[in-house]
Amino acid sequence: MNYLSKIKNKFFSDKIPEEIIVQEDESIQIATQRQLIWRRFKRHRLGFASSIVVILFYVVVLFADFLATSVPVHYGAARGFMPPQPIKFFQEGDFLSVCHVIGERNLESFRMEHTADCNNREPLQLFGKGYEYKLWGLFKTDRHLFAMKNPDANVDEWIHLMGTDKQGRDVFSRVMHGTRVSLTIGIIGVGLSIVFGIFIGSISGYYGGLIDSLLQRFIEIIRSVPTIPLYMGFSAAFPADWTINQVYFMITVIISLFAWTDLARVIRGRFLSLRDEDFVVAARLNGASTMRIVFVHMLPSFYSHIIAQASLALPLMIVTETSLSYLGLGLRPPAISYGVLLKDAQNVQAVAHSPWLFLPAIFVIVVILALNFMGDGIRDAADPYQEV
Amino acid sequence: MLNFLIRRTVFMFVALFAVTVISFFIINLPKGDYVTAYIAQLQATGSLVDADEASNLRKFYGLDRPLYIQYLKWISQIVLEQNLGFSFEYNQPVTVVIAERLLLTIILAIATIIFIWIFAIPIGIISAVKQYSFWDYLFTFLGFIGLAIPDFMIALIMMYLFFVWFDFSPGGLFSPEFSQAAWSYARVMDLIEHMWIPIVVLGTAGTAQLIRITRANLLDELAKPYVVTARAKGLSEWKVIAKYPVRIALNPAISLTAYILPFLISGSVIVGVVLSLPTVGPMLVKALVAQDMYLAGGIILLVGFMTVIGTFISDLLLLWIDPRIRFEGS
Repeated sequence: MNYLSKIKNKFFSDKIPEEIIVQEDESIQIATQRQLIWRRFKRHRLGFASSIVVILFYVVVLFADFLATSVPVHYGAARGFMPPQPIKFFQEGDFLSVCHVIGERNLESFRMEHTADCNNREPLQLFGKGYEYKLWGLFKTDRHLFAMKNPDANVDEWIHLMGTDKQGRDVFSRVMHGTRVSLTIGIIGVGLSIVFGIFIGSISGYYGGLIDSLLQRFIEIIRSVPTIPLYMGFSAAFPADWTINQVYFMITVIISLFAWTDLARVIRGRFLSLRDEDFVVAARLNGASTMRIVFVHMLPSFYSHIIAQASLALPLMIVTETSLSYLGLGLRPPAISYGVLLKDAQNVQAVAHSPWLFLPAIFVIVVILALNFMGDGIRDAADPYQEV
Repeated sequence: MLNFLIRRTVFMFVALFAVTVISFFIINLPKGDYVTAYIAQLQATGSLVDADEASNLRKFYGLDRPLYIQYLKWISQIVLEQNLGFSFEYNQPVTVVIAERLLLTIILAIATIIFIWIFAIPIGIISAVKQYSFWDYLFTFLGFIGLAIPDFMIALIMMYLFFVWFDFSPGGLFSPEFSQAAWSYARVMDLIEHMWIPIVVLGTAGTAQLIRITRANLLDELAKPYVVTARAKGLSEWKVIAKYPVRIALNPAISLTAYILPFLISGSVIVGVVLSLPTVGPMLVKALVAQDMYLAGGIILLVGFMTVIGTFISDLLLLWIDPRIRFEGS
């Protein structure tokens, strides 16, 4: 056999060389549960790609102010319905710049018509100075991803990456802030439902018997009632003088008040099947307290299921908040969330003439799809034998 | 069978009771009561009400009694007189205000369920029989998206596309000339013509779910030995699939209907607002914003009842269709 065919055999043969199989086998045998799940999840391509999208969204949550170009509530009627302004690269010595937009009222249709005048440009600066804000409520700063190089230029009049709405507010900055609000409501809500779910699910599954069937009937009743009208009823009762933060908090609580049932069912099922396992019986015979058995011995054995279920509950929460705010019963302006932004896209005619008002909807769809695919991926990875 | 029937009936009544308690709770959530609202209304028309009169009114309506007695009074009024209270916004009894809208909501829900069955079951069967074919992948993909995107977003997108492509905005359930007219053959036809958009919007998620379930169940069944036996005996392929496996795979489809019904009703409230349908949804939003609590509570109560009773009916259907439950214990 000559040298060339040796190489060919080594790289192009259909058979996998034996030593690799052995290696993989060994590493599977010594891998921890977590490593196995991680490996299966990485192989789930759609889920893995989606998790990257989800991470990007949560980066926006962390750095909403930094990414926003102007104060999201700054309005100016003269700037209404401006189309998105692309950033120009390498124009006459400026690395980044934006063109000046002139709005003129068309006297026939009485609509503002905007034209970009690229002879009149302003340079942009990365990490430049813009409006002042507190990063994570802690550090005072005024750095932004995009800012005007010229300190005299007013950001509100120049940078509109996704256009402006009717009142001339910057849609991009509003989407960044809306993402932060809507996605944190999701996370906090899921956290609360995990607490409820673990509490009720573990009682139900651990004790079984009468308590279990009572709790299961209770859950069944909650699930058999349409939730949106209930959410609406509860949130309509918020006093009008509540601050944004109070409304925000109560919405989160109300949403998780009904959303824990799925989690509780999964947890109960796991507890029921683990209750008589040897390690649990051993712990019980050793005199471990119930709390210790539940939290130290049993719960850690199905963390992955809880995480999977929680990541599937997340998009549902975001949708609920969005729907409530869209109906005007959740967060209300000046608060910004996906629902509040979508309310601006309610008027079909306005959207048809300025389609960029619909961009928030695309953000919502992308994040919901990504969260769903990620949740499915995690669930498949955590429990490959689970049925649909 | 009897056991199953008794269990489900008892459950239905407990759930109905829970719905009444929640509705009553929501009615009493906002500050102020019926009399406060009544006085505000009287003052708006110019007449004055003093404190004595107010407390007399409260006594008359029993609002000075503890909450559970008020609840008993409220519930007995509903049961005995079909009286849901009075709507301030419309100046009419709640029952009169909601009647037609509730009927349309029920029609819409039933039509959507039929739509879901008609589309999801054949598609589910095709996906299972021709597993891993182009159609299977296409429907699985569409199903994923249909399940993930909330229905009111689908409604928004559809409205936008219709406006841009056909220059018409879909909304409502009737043409203008029929919206106030009495029921007639022409009105029903008009309703059917308008109804398909909300049906598609509302049914997408349920269809996607049912396709998944039907596909998964049928795949399980098709792998079983009796199917192989039937095929070996020379039965036509159609008969092999339709005679037993499909029938068994349909049971979960029916019990799933009970599961999706609450989501359907929830969705119809929001979609009703987006597409401005004459259903209870937009009215509920208006009532809540105006704090017209008897109207809002009445709607929540009836919508809850609808769901619970719908669930019960689907339980009965399951009993009728699945002999394993029917003959259980006999």
